[in-house]
Amino acid sequence: MSEHTLDQLKAGARATVSRYRGALPARMLEMGLLPGTPVEVIRMAPLGDPMELRVRGYLLSIRKADAARIVVTTE
Amino acid sequence: MRTARAVRVRTIALAGNPNVGKTTLFNALTGAQHKVANYPGVTVERKSGRLTGTGDGPPVEVVDLPGTYSLNPKSIDERIAFDALTGEIEGEKVPDVVICVVDATNLERNLYLVTQVLDLGLPTVVALNMSDAAAEAGIAIDVEELSRRLGVPVVATSGRSGEGIDALRAAVLDPPPPPKGVAWELMPAVADALDALEAALPDTVPPQRRRFVALGALTSDLLLKPWATRAPEFYQAVLDARADLEARSVPYQVAEMTGRYGWISPVAAAVVRQSKPTEATLSDRIDAVVTHRIGGPLIFGGVLLLIFQAIFSWAVPAMDAIDWLIGQTGMGVRAVLPDGLLEDVLVEGALTGVGNVLVFLPQILLLFFFLGLMEDTGYMARTAFIMDRAMRKFGLSGASVVPLLSGYACAIPGIMAARTLADERDRIITIMVVPLQGCSARLPVYVLFIAAFIPTGTLWGVMGYQGLAMVTLYVLGTLMAFVAAWVLRRFVFKGESMPFVMELPPYRMPQMRYVWRRMRDRAKVFVVRAGTIIFWLSIALWFLASYPKVEPPPSLATRAVEAEAAVAEATEALARIDLGQAEAAGAGREAVAAALDAADAERLAVRNEIAGYQVRNSFIGRFGRALEPIMRPLGFDWKISAGIVASFAAREVIVSALATLYSAGADANEESLALRDAIKKDKYPDGRPVFTPLVAVSLMVFFVFALQCMSTIAIARRELNSWVWPAAMWAYMFALAYVFSFVVYQGGLLLGFR
Repeated sequence: MSEHTLDQLKAGARATVSRYRGALPARMLEMGLLPGTPVEVIRMAPLGDPMELRVRGYLLSIRKADAARIVVTTE
Repeated sequence: MRTARAVRVRTIALAGNPNVGKTTLFNALTGAQHKVANYPGVTVERKSGRLTGTGDGPPVEVVDLPGTYSLNPKSIDERIAFDALTGEIEGEKVPDVVICVVDATNLERNLYLVTQVLDLGLPTVVALNMSDAAAEAGIAIDVEELSRRLGVPVVATSGRSGEGIDALRAAVLDPPPPPKGVAWELMPAVADALDALEAALPDTVPPQRRRFVALGALTSDLLLKPWATRAPEFYQAVLDARADLEARSVPYQVAEMTGRYGWISPVAAAVVRQSKPTEATLSDRIDAVVTHRIGGPLIFGGVLLLIFQAIFSWAVPAMDAIDWLIGQTGMGVRAVLPDGLLEDVLVEGALTGVGNVLVFLPQILLLFFFLGLMEDTGYMARTAFIMDRAMRKFGLSGASVVPLLSGYACAIPGIMAARTLADERDRIITIMVVPLQGCSARLPVYVLFIAAFIPTGTLWGVMGYQGLAMVTLYVLGTLMAFVAAWVLRRFVFKGESMPFVMELPPYRMPQMRYVWRRMRDRAKVFVVRAGTIIFWLSIALWFLASYPKVEPPPSLATRAVEAEAAVAEATEALARIDLGQAEAAGAGREAVAAALDAADAERLAVRNEIAGYQVRNSFIGRFGRALEPIMRPLGFDWKISAGIVASFAAREVIVSALATLYSAGADANEESLALRDAIKKDKYPDGRPVFTPLVAVSLMVFFVFALQCMSTIAIARRELNSWVWPAAMWAYMFALAYVFSFVVYQGGLLLGFR
């Protein structure tokens, strides 16, 4: 088990949201990025940002700057 | 089976997340008939239709609300959905029944909105849509168990195959009682605060909705704001509660999300059975190519090329046909109406003006066709994903790509397409720079001056100078759009923007009939909006260019009389020869025929001169001459200045305006040799040519930047609901046009160009 921020993960990595740094925008929470939620990094956009995630069974795209506020744990 | 209830259902609202097939379901419920209107004060479309299959019963209206992820609104679209469900829209009743549409392939997140809608206490039916797609993906949902947990009827539907539509119709016509809401739990500290706030709410808020309203005010500034005037005590109580919760570091902002998902997750786990192991779906495989590091941008570039190709070459025959049709209509009108004022107003003013706009309809239809395809397949979201990083460097967002692209056809659809931007500041910036994109109305202007003044040779044997000039003008506009966006972000809209949180919906086969239908709707809106504005404006412009009527100076009047007489004389002489009343020697006849031609030419020249004199002394001519001192540093004489003034209504107007001013006949178009020659020949009194290549370049640069389009201003005002931004847009674009033309012209003179 190790802790990272979500933006540091590589494509294909799986992790679980553990907490946030500061307040996370409401929309990201409403989309289901809550503590305890498993996320999978699908890929990065061609220019390296934003990133594509699988959350609660659907695909979500967020910028790395926002992902840096999400702390995740990996196996 | 319940007995028929006393409640009479008059209106049904369709609510749901974006991309859940809500519109397909709407179409299945209402048949092909629907009408599109606007909600008061905003441009969000209110799409409604009549429920089919109600037999002899009273009509039931179905309203398709904009897609929303939550009832904590963040964009104008979402705000409308929220207001419609909570009865905040003037003249609009709260719906009798809500159909909450959820995507069966993505149940968990969709249930977030459902739990919120249930808290409103309105009779609700859940439509479990895309149930066929879910079955294909090996997802089985226990509908009865879901219905039991939610406390409302759940109907499995498929808008595409029509499955479950009858059951859904029956369920809404015999509506369930208002739901109690699901028993999701807030963290105790927040729940306690809400108890106190509920008590502080005014009595006008109905009991079943008090908790929902209090929660909204506590967590959203947008929802709290109206209470400052509506119920100041409640407003203050909310501020106090927030301060108190913050002091105790209670994360009240996340309380609703954790509470609702805390209820949803176990429910989703209990009702969803995934029979097939999750493997790479077709969508995943398409994405691997389409968003590939190298392939992605290449494919996107290919799609752009295709759209450009379509707009700039496939649309041309249709545009020519419309042009021809309008010309024929004008001739028809002229044939029917007596000569005079009414005829002139209708043909020269209204018909020509509306025609100038209608000509762009094929391009706009094609553009909407491609945009519709991109949206319906799910590719649109991928373009935003691919482009976001690059766009952000200039202060734009990935979602600005589509509005900017649309701007190459016409700024109007571009500005309308900016609605999809959730961040209001991103939306304003995008709208502010879209009109710098080289729209199709600039094309006639570029064509005229490039053909007249840019040599036909090729550079290094590869690219023609004329083509190169055209490309340069487009690149110049696009570059400036990005610079303007950067400046706006840097100096006007400082600070962080809203996060970019975008769903990448699964790829779906587009349904052509809905793409067609949407094209038709959009085209109608475009024609009606632009048509009414342009219609009146053209009449005004025609009036300004035609009045006051002045008598031609005596010398011209005399020449006119003489020319008429010469034509009459030659015609008569020729007629006599042909009737055998005079000597019909071959040489003699030829001489008379040549004389007739010469007389005809002289008459035409005199008429043109009189028309030119008239325009010179018309309101617009006088205005042009008054403006000349300001435009002189750009190299423009009074005619060009007057043409520019006229073209502030619509860019392409300058071609017909110059034609009028140059007395070459008002029906000249950009291909017209007469106009091209007249422009080239025109001289100042001291013999210098009015138009040099340098003047032409300066003028084209002016057209790259200046906002000469009333329709754009009107649409921007509607979309931004303010005159401030359109005024600023006009001002900055005019300033750019003036400065750049000044630099081009004066710099050119310094460098020795003439």
